[in-house]
Amino acid sequence: MFKIVKREELVPSSVILHEIHAPRVAQKTRPGQFVIVKATETGERIPLTMADTDPVAGTVTIIFMVVGKSTALFASLQEGEGYADLIGPLGRATDIEKVGHVVCIGGGTGIAVLHPIARAMKEAGNRLTVILGARSADFMILKDRMSALADTFISVSDDGSTGKKGFVTDALQETLALGKPELVVAIGPVPMMKAVSEMTRPDGIHTLVSLNPIMIDGTGMCGGCRVSVGDKVKFACVDGPEFDGHAVDFDGLSQRLSAYKEEEQAAMEIHRCRMEAQAANSDQQS
Amino acid sequence: MQEKKSKIQDRHPMPEQPANVRRHNFLEVPLGYGEETAMAEATRCIQCKNPQCVQGCPVAVPIPQFIKAIAEGRFSEGIRTIWEKNALPAVCGRVCPQESQCEGQCILGKKGSPVAIGNLERFLADWERKKGDGSLPEKMAATGKRVAVVGSGPAGLTVAGDLVLKGHDVTLFEAFHKPGGVLVYGIPEFRLPKAIVESEVKTLEKLGVNLVCNTVVGRAVDVKELFEEGFDAVFVGVGAGLPSFMNIPGENLIGVYSANEYLTRANLMKAYDPAYDTPMVVGRNVAVVGGGNVAMDAARTALRMGAESVKIIYRRSREEMPARLEESHHAEEEGVEFMLLTNPLRFDGDERGRLTSVTCKRMELGEPDASGRRRPVPLDGSDFTMDCDLAIIAVGSGANPLLTSSEPEIALNRWGNIEADPENGKTSMRGVWAGGDIVTGAATVILAMGAGRKAATSMHDFLARGW
Repeated sequence: MFKIVKREELVPSSVILHEIHAPRVAQKTRPGQFVIVKATETGERIPLTMADTDPVAGTVTIIFMVVGKSTALFASLQEGEGYADLIGPLGRATDIEKVGHVVCIGGGTGIAVLHPIARAMKEAGNRLTVILGARSADFMILKDRMSALADTFISVSDDGSTGKKGFVTDALQETLALGKPELVVAIGPVPMMKAVSEMTRPDGIHTLVSLNPIMIDGTGMCGGCRVSVGDKVKFACVDGPEFDGHAVDFDGLSQRLSAYKEEEQAAMEIHRCRMEAQAANSDQQS
Repeated sequence: MQEKKSKIQDRHPMPEQPANVRRHNFLEVPLGYGEETAMAEATRCIQCKNPQCVQGCPVAVPIPQFIKAIAEGRFSEGIRTIWEKNALPAVCGRVCPQESQCEGQCILGKKGSPVAIGNLERFLADWERKKGDGSLPEKMAATGKRVAVVGSGPAGLTVAGDLVLKGHDVTLFEAFHKPGGVLVYGIPEFRLPKAIVESEVKTLEKLGVNLVCNTVVGRAVDVKELFEEGFDAVFVGVGAGLPSFMNIPGENLIGVYSANEYLTRANLMKAYDPAYDTPMVVGRNVAVVGGGNVAMDAARTALRMGAESVKIIYRRSREEMPARLEESHHAEEEGVEFMLLTNPLRFDGDERGRLTSVTCKRMELGEPDASGRRRPVPLDGSDFTMDCDLAIIAVGSGANPLLTSSEPEIALNRWGNIEADPENGKTSMRGVWAGGDIVTGAATVILAMGAGRKAATSMHDFLARGW
């Protein structure tokens, strides 16, 4: 078992942080890499890009949003409990080098994935602009840590409850107006990464995106995570998860991500019913 | 089954679940011999002085000896005889292509039907598992040498078993959460129950093999670091796990799977069991592309998942089909249709990106190609489209570069397979051996075991006496 040493609800019952004891993985992980976790024997294998690692304590940090049965199951795990399986580090690490001005854009839980990359970019000596976007102030995770890293920090929210009201693309447009950055890293929902890539395309600004397609083994064996990049089919698990945003077929990716939507909704319904039944049971007993 | 009469007594047929029953369940298809049938079949063996069957076996199991033991009711002794050469008899008795190996060489087969060597091997292994006293093969004194085995498929399990018996301290690394490699993710439950693989692995653990799952060598730890951690030798048996696609339009539609993905979801992740959370597209009209054992496994799994029609699309004729006769025969009995001399051209989907149909072309056979098989040639104007909501691509797999790309000292050939000495499995990197599909390309369980056996022998020499 891979023990959870720290659990935090970044957004109550919706966005959860788990710090998990996995020394071998913690020591080897570099920014941009992911793990596959499986909560129980009968659970699903889910890929999650790490938000942080602590090689000394031997821990890795994942942050996830509860969207379906599997993530709901993860969220139910408390400190001292753990994951049945954790495999990593998987995928290629981000190429970190000093290029000049780097704009890091994070949306939703994508901010968690962006965190170690932004930190490494800063440590490599780049000037760092960080743009974070979220639905509302409640969902703006890691804001303090990210703003501390940034030379320029901008936050936006859909409802204006934190930072400016608007989208990350609005903030990017303002940033681009001040001068052309050498690199843009955008991590978040697929429509956000697509919009950012479209915005940087005319000026040919190198843009990295991190993809999170459906995946099983994470070692290139199943081909389930295939995604069209340029005119080639790539496997996100071994060729990625980061790709050139100007070459990714985002529409194809969105479609493949929806493969099990109906099954997932059904599974979530059943899970919710069971949890409620359990809660009702324990209420009766107490 | 054929009912040809000859002077030689016919072999005892394997009892099986009826086709109309088994196509709806995941239970094993052949039921196995009982004691009486096994003894009767064993008496058919004429105990050749110069047994050809042993020469046909890649790991040289002492076949006449174990058959004699069965004939005389000494089952416990029989299984011990097999164990001397083969750590996985319950597996081999089920999935080896006996017809082209041991049984293919059997002298009785020249005039009638060969001795059912595979069925007998399976009988002994199953008997031991159910009734045996749990005693283990004897181990040699500890040597203090440490061996890392990467990949817990047939090759890795063989190396681990051989070297632990020779007194070495063996650690077996597996990327998945369960050991067994292709035996657990690839071969379906109805052909090889997972409980059997588990029990074979448990035996290795009882012998002292350390099992480390969830660890991708090449990522979590690389080969050089294994030596730094104190291992004295490394065996690489990571298989051929990189699915081939056909690169035709529509292959990224939802409902198009590689056989690896489909079988992994079904077998390892138990999508057929409602207790598991593994989602899977359940097709009504299923097309499986390919003609090998993997294609048969995928087609038969799709039937059991609830498909109404399952078609195998294969571009050559029945004769060239690489699947074992038993497998294609079983598939056909269960209702899988064979569309031979047919090649898919493209997949089509709806506005949500879900597969709806496949368009194919008819083929005819022309001159032999490099593989020696007659080359399929497209027939002009023969295109046709059929409904299809699940397609499984089973056209082979290549070498997975994950480990090899992390260790440049290990030389590869132009297909990305590891170059290893066929005699002993040595690679270009000192202290590193390789065997199985990562060396040969996709092959059979027993060939991987044979390669493991050769490597283990060479590794033992190295550990005992130096390179």
